Parts: sequence; C-alpha cells; structure tokens
Amino acid sequence: MSIPKIEMQHVYKSFGNKKVLEDFNLTVSKGDSLVIIGGSGSGKSVTIKSILGLLKPDKGSIKVDGREIVGIGSRELEEINSHSGMLFQGAALFDSLNVWQNVSFGLVQGKKVNLKEARLIAIDKLKDVGLSSEVAELYPDELSGGMKKRVGLARAIASNPELIFFDEPTTGLDPIMSDVINDLIKRCVDHLGATAITITHDMSSARKIANKIGMLYQGKIIWQGSVKDLDVSGNPYVEQFINGRAAGPISMEVRK
Amino acid sequence: MDFINLIGRVFLNFLESMGRFLIFGSKTFYHCFTPPYYFRSIISQMIEIGFYSLPVVALTTLFAGLVIALQSYAGFTKFSAEGAVAMVVELSVTRELAPVMAGLMVAGRIGAAMAAELGTMRVTEQIDALYTLSTNPFKYLIAPRVWGAVLMMPLLVFIGDIIGIYGGYLVCVYKLGFNPSSYISNTWEYLQYMDIVSGMVKAAVFGLIISLMGCYNGYYSRGGAQGVGSAATNAVVTASILILITNYMLTELFFMK
Repeated sequence: MSIPKIEMQHVYKSFGNKKVLEDFNLTVSKGDSLVIIGGSGSGKSVTIKSILGLLKPDKGSIKVDGREIVGIGSRELEEINSHSGMLFQGAALFDSLNVWQNVSFGLVQGKKVNLKEARLIAIDKLKDVGLSSEVAELYPDELSGGMKKRVGLARAIASNPELIFFDEPTTGLDPIMSDVINDLIKRCVDHLGATAITITHDMSSARKIANKIGMLYQGKIIWQGSVKDLDVSGNPYVEQFINGRAAGPISMEVRK
Repeated sequence: MDFINLIGRVFLNFLESMGRFLIFGSKTFYHCFTPPYYFRSIISQMIEIGFYSLPVVALTTLFAGLVIALQSYAGFTKFSAEGAVAMVVELSVTRELAPVMAGLMVAGRIGAAMAAELGTMRVTEQIDALYTLSTNPFKYLIAPRVWGAVLMMPLLVFIGDIIGIYGGYLVCVYKLGFNPSSYISNTWEYLQYMDIVSGMVKAAVFGLIISLMGCYNGYYSRGGAQGVGSAATNAVVTASILILITNYMLTELFFMK
C-alpha cells in the first residue's frame, strides 16, 4: 500500500478554552483533490495551517509523505514546504514587490533561481492563469480582487509543487470570476498532477474542484466521500450544509 | 475573589509576554548570525533607518545644542564661568543628548513603521505566506531590520554630535559674542575619545531596542487595523521607556567607576 500524501491522526488543537480540532483524523492520497467543507469557525483554516506547520497541534501526529512534521525543526519544515504551494484567502501578496517578484518569490529565495530566469518563469506562470506579461510589472495595490487571486495562484504553482492548498479561493469574488478561478485551479492541479486540499463553504466551487469531499464539524471530519456521493450522503449534517438550510442538526451560535 | 483572580490573570499574562519576548529575542539573535543573509534587505533598511532619519535627528540635535548653550550660559554667568559653556555643550551633546534624542526620534519614526509594516503583513497573512514559500520571516524580515538599526544608529549619533556641538557654537559665537577660535579650542580641549564612543555604543543599544520592539509588536499583532495601530503605539512607547532606562544604566556603567 502506498504512503498517503497527508495523514493526520488524533490531532487536537485549541485556542484558550475553544477546542477547534478534537481527535481529528484525515488521510489524503497522492493525486487526490480533497475539498473540506464546513461552517465558519469550524477549524478548516486551522487544519491546513497545521499541515503547513504554521500552527503546532496540542497533540497528535501529522505526516506529509510519511514524514512526521509535528515537532520538527524550521529547516526541515522549510524543506518540506518547498514541495508545496498555497493560495491564501486574501491572496497575501507582498505589497513591496511587483507581480513577477511575488510569483517568483519562492523560486528566488527558496530555490536560488537567478532573477532573469525567475522573471521568465513568472511570466509563463502568469500566462497559465490567464494574465498577460504587462501585469508582471504592476504592484498588488494596482490589481482587482480577481487578478490578485490569479497572481496568488500563479505564485502557488510557480515551483511546480506536489501539494497545493487553497484557502477559500472564491470568497469575495463575483460568480463569473469564481467560476474562472475554479476552472484555473482544476486545470493547474490536473496539469501538475498535484495533490490539492481546498477549504471552502462555496458548494459550487467544491463540486467543481473536488474529487473527494470531507465535512468538518465540531473539530472532526464527520463525513468523507466522493463528489457524486455528496447528494446521497444520508448524513443530516451534510444535507443541511449543502442545501444551506437554517433548520437541521447544525445550530449556529447566535448571542441572544 | 474576583480581585485575586484579576491579579493572577495579569501576572500570568505578564509572564506569558515576557516568555514570548525572550523566545522572540533569542530567535532573532540566532537568525541574525546564521546564513542566509539578505544583504539587499539589510542595505535597504540601512538607507531607510540611517539616511531618511538624518533630517529629523539633525534638527533635534541642532536645537538641543542651541538650547543647552543658552541655558548653560545663563547659569554660568552667575559664577563668571562662561568659559565652561563649550565643555558643557560638548559633554551633554555627545554623552546624552545626541544618543537619547536620536533614539527617541528613530523610535517614533522607525519603530512605529516597523510595527505597522509587520503588523499589516501579519493580519494579511503575508508572514504565513513567507513560511509557505520556504522563507523564514526572522531571516527575511526581522534580522535585516535589526542589523540596519544597530549599524546605522551610531552613525546617526556621530553626525548628531557634530551638528549639536555646531549648534552650541552658533549660539555662543553669533548670539553671545564668544571668540570662535577659543570656543573651538575649548571644545577640543575637553573632548575625550570616551565621550564619542560611549554615545555611539548607547546608540547601537538603542537601535537594538527600537528594532526589537518594532518587530516584536508587529510580528505578534492581532486583529485588524486596530491591532496594527496598537502594535505601532506599543512599539514606540516601550522602546522610548526602555531607551531612557537603558541610558541611565549605560551612563552609570561608563562614567561612574
């Protein structure tokens, strides 16, 4: 049996009294495109930040390609992260750098590619996400929301990663631009043959990007299956969430 | 009971902050002295901290020199000791006024800017993005700022010393009618190597304080715009207080033997 790309076992994470992940278990096979759905504050971002080593779990084991990442040194973590890319919710582009410098940042700093070559790769990656070479010299504050996401996507795929994370890739975009971004994500992931983990609560995005879907609720994955099983999951929590119903087993915490 | 709880909570928060700062400080030192070094970032920070702070430091030390000459003249004329004005100006400017004034000015200008910049990077996830791009923020963001401040502050203070002493010269010669050559020779006569060196050592320590406080408050800022604002305020206030406390301690170390 091949080693899973990601394996999280009995992971716990809390912030003060708030328990975010509780006995969390997740396995992602190589080449899968897993979308984790769940309400706001359910721990989706904490899950991917824990895999990237940005947050340290209180307990449990997280393995990437069979290598334990909990408790390892920063150098080792940098080495593991050099094989992954991430598209942040707000794109998280560096304000002080122009677009091509942003896209090629990981190549120049992490892989020591020279600036001339890095610029060419950046322009190539910008073309992959449907942006022309004129955009390369612009600064992030000169870009629209959709363009920022595309540049963020170009940066995430610039080093041809084996593992890509997408944090709410369509949040704040209009429906047409959301669909464009979904298409780009699917195309880029398929083209690279990468493993992808996306967190979202946008169901049309989830259906388009995923081949597997997991539902996160109260710190655990309560359902996992393929996209085609989503509508026949038989899980009342999943049914309530995908249909966006106020009534059901999931109750929103509203202060009265 | 609530009151005891409150004291306990405040004390625990204080210990937590101290621990976090110590970890931050030790990580910063480690990354300052281990490769890779981002020389381009260090040079750009040196220009930002040194070159662009020069006007404000020059202006404050000039006026400090002007006013100390006026005040010491006003006091010393009562004892017919006008000849000591040059010495007082030189001692005050090189040992205390130039380093402290430059420290406070740079804390206001650079400490706040560092905290705001890193704070914005934190709340917009740019610091997290650095980690995902295999770049350690301590090496890429913090170490260049610390090097920039520690290297440029002594230079700024050295220039401030010259301008401050020149301020005293202007008042004494053009307003109070001192003989220019005797004023200069008085200044040279009393000027000691240790006066300049102690001021520059103080400046390097203040540079360290300013950059550590700016980076620490920015790196750990939370929330949105309000969090970034608080980080900038805290950076300036803590750096200014620490500069004044450290200045006293260093003065005692250098001159009270």
